[in-house]
Amino acid sequence: MTCEELLKALNDYIDDESVLAIWQDFAEHLAGCNPCQVVVDNIRKTIQLYKAGEPYPMPPEFQAQFRAALRAKWKQKFPHAQV
Amino acid sequence: MRDSLSTTAARPGPLDDSEVDAPAYELALFRRAQQGDLAAFEALVDRFQSRVYGLARRILGQAQDAEDVTQQTFLSLIEHIDQFRGDSAIATWVLRIATNHALKVLRKRRGLPTVALEPGPDHEDSYASLPHPEFIAQWRDNPANLAEKAELRQLLDGAVAELDEKYRLVFLLRDVEGLSIRETAEALGLTEANTKVRLLRARLQLREQLTRVLGDEATRVFPDHDHH
Repeated sequence: MTCEELLKALNDYIDDESVLAIWQDFAEHLAGCNPCQVVVDNIRKTIQLYKAGEPYPMPPEFQAQFRAALRAKWKQKFPHAQV
Repeated sequence: MRDSLSTTAARPGPLDDSEVDAPAYELALFRRAQQGDLAAFEALVDRFQSRVYGLARRILGQAQDAEDVTQQTFLSLIEHIDQFRGDSAIATWVLRIATNHALKVLRKRRGLPTVALEPGPDHEDSYASLPHPEFIAQWRDNPANLAEKAELRQLLDGAVAELDEKYRLVFLLRDVEGLSIRETAEALGLTEANTKVRLLRARLQLREQLTRVLGDEATRVFPDHDHH
């Protein structure tokens, strides 16, 4: 396996190592290629960072208008509901 | 069970993901909402509004459109509350609705009848000529330590904003929101193969950008070109 081939198989390795059909080739290449090891590690950390990110705060001034719109719609959908 | 779900509109449900199976809890709330229980519906809104707003904000890049998409998403949820087929988690369904509304905004911005999510030029949706990693170095800090820093957030958002739209959409749904490849493909009207290629391109580009900022120059390594 070359670095190029490893790159193409990277998603399957990152997402689910067990489904990687060419796992043996991938592992052998990775064991002997420091740049590829670092790239794989960087990508794992990149994904972790985004997953761990704080949600975007919703503007507080939008909240009241947003909830009022939902309640109005709810009243239409469920006319007999207590809002 | 019913008691544990009795929540008020003013606060999120009393249980969180660490205490219960979140999809099952959300489905239980949803089933109550389908019967006209506003408090259950608002508990769902509490749980999902930040994710929906954040997804829209990152897809569209600005607050006003993200607010519109957030509102439209939950209005659609009410409108179609009896049409949930139960073939995915509630969260996935909500995020798909939000994605549809965000795509409508992108379409409107372009003045085009369809958004350009169909396969692009061959080289963009294949593994041919993938961009090779250039700046290869270990990061100076670990992500857990970095995650609280405000400047890091700017870096992450900036890097995502610079992604081409077709790569950004796939990355946000798959890696930020945690949809599967299949769910991401369905939400965007792509094949799974195209989705995987776009995801790889997004990941490679983000890695490159983040490593240029977070990478330790002292650990930089260079590809062994004889190895290719």
